[in-house]
Amino acid sequence: MSEILVAARDDIPEGGARIIEIGNLEIGVIRHEDAFYAYRNFCPHQGGPVCEGIRMAGVYDDVDPEGLFHGQKFDKADMHIVCPWHGYEYRLKDGVNVCDARLKLRKYEVTERDGNVYITV
Amino acid sequence: MNVADRQVTKVRDLTTEPFNTSTHLAHAQQQADARGYEDFLIVDVDSHHYENEASTEIADYVENEVMRNEILYQGISRKGISTGFGQYQDLGGRLVRYPRRKSEEVPETPHRDITLMRRWMDAMGVDIACMFPTPLLNLGLSPRVDLEVELAMGYNRWLCERVLQEDHRLKSMLYLPFNDPEACLKVIEMFGDKPGVIGFMVTSTRYRGVYDNAYVRTYRMLEERGLPLGFHTGLGGQEPGLSTCNRFLTLHALGFAWHNMLHLSNWVINGLPERFPKLKVMWIEAGLAWLPFLMQRLDNEYMMRHSDAPLLKRKPSEYMREMFYTSQPMEMVDNARALELTFEMIGAETQLLYSSDYPHWDMDLPSVIYDLPFLTEGAKRNILGGNAQRVFNLDPVLSERKRARQAEKARASA
Repeated sequence: MSEILVAARDDIPEGGARIIEIGNLEIGVIRHEDAFYAYRNFCPHQGGPVCEGIRMAGVYDDVDPEGLFHGQKFDKADMHIVCPWHGYEYRLKDGVNVCDARLKLRKYEVTERDGNVYITV
Repeated sequence: MNVADRQVTKVRDLTTEPFNTSTHLAHAQQQADARGYEDFLIVDVDSHHYENEASTEIADYVENEVMRNEILYQGISRKGISTGFGQYQDLGGRLVRYPRRKSEEVPETPHRDITLMRRWMDAMGVDIACMFPTPLLNLGLSPRVDLEVELAMGYNRWLCERVLQEDHRLKSMLYLPFNDPEACLKVIEMFGDKPGVIGFMVTSTRYRGVYDNAYVRTYRMLEERGLPLGFHTGLGGQEPGLSTCNRFLTLHALGFAWHNMLHLSNWVINGLPERFPKLKVMWIEAGLAWLPFLMQRLDNEYMMRHSDAPLLKRKPSEYMREMFYTSQPMEMVDNARALELTFEMIGAETQLLYSSDYPHWDMDLPSVIYDLPFLTEGAKRNILGGNAQRVFNLDPVLSERKRARQAEKARASA
């Protein structure tokens, strides 16, 4: 395994992302709420550049214990990576698809040290 | 652990990177190159452009001065949140090519739509694309029949003159103003021989039976000219039952299948395949999963009600197997056997034509066909291009990029 310097942490703004290419391997490094996440930039659906999409909070139907519907809302604690090709959504924290848990993004370990961000490949 | 043991070859900062179709589809080009698409023809039979972005240009081609003024004032479409029938296919900004497309830079010439088409076609490995409009697909629902005729004429003229005649890779099945049968004849006469016109298209969201005697001359004219007739389906959320769909997903899943199911059923049961045996009929953008259902349903009922379909000499499914279907949105079912059976039932090797629907939200790359494990290489190539070449009588010219790759391969192996 190799540790690869991505950038100085301040070079990736909050909500920003970088794509690092190492030969044929593309890895997206995403900053969200001061944490960094790294995934292979490849959607298992049709091969889309999943890390190049937007991040958006998951949507839920607000249904009370009686079964009454009270509208749709964002769950801001459940941020999703959205593939820009077709809208497939994956949980930012673990890369698992929100519709079918068998679909997962390849996750890479991120380390911060001395003001820099590294990924382990 | 080694630090920087492997070399970073490129870094892209998405915060500042402008939108570009070629970059957006870079992975599609990797797929195309990895699968060797340069070795065979790929034809995309259903793709789209956004004619509303050329509203002012198209207005110049609309003869009626009152309607021309309206187009110049309000454009061809409006899509705010209060627009009815679930018009939020772009998923609230999740699909970035929708909001960012307008910012994409293109050279002054050729026409912007030509550049954008070439970019996605080259990325996917598509040599020839049949392009359709986007908002105009709903025009058949307008109670203003004269508007449908004026816009059909204006749009068709604009497309032929500004786009199709400028690039031999671009084709279209032109819009037929089906609410005015006489105008359909004029459209075929005016445009049937224009460069790039490979057939004519009826938008399926409309309310006149395809069996109406008023259309007989249109069908005959197309049959005599050897031009295919395509039915391009749509949402149709104004349909009383479908109007209860409060989510785009439900409306799209049902509506796109429903409108083609309706017209295909009327087409077969009224014996139109017997009355126009040489007319090539194509069903566009409804996916495939509805076909086994409809074949079984119609066959079963035909056996009990021959008097409803006395012109038929065979079962409905046998006529359906002689029609043509575009592939997208091909249902990615968990049970692959269902898809394989569907291909078998419709005779996909000769009757199915690949389509991407790009740039729309549920587009399919050629790999959805090429990667199917149950197809032979020959069947894949037929569906991806050979069938379209035959049905539309296309000159099988590969794209410049593919020819360059072929030459490169030849040099490398010499």
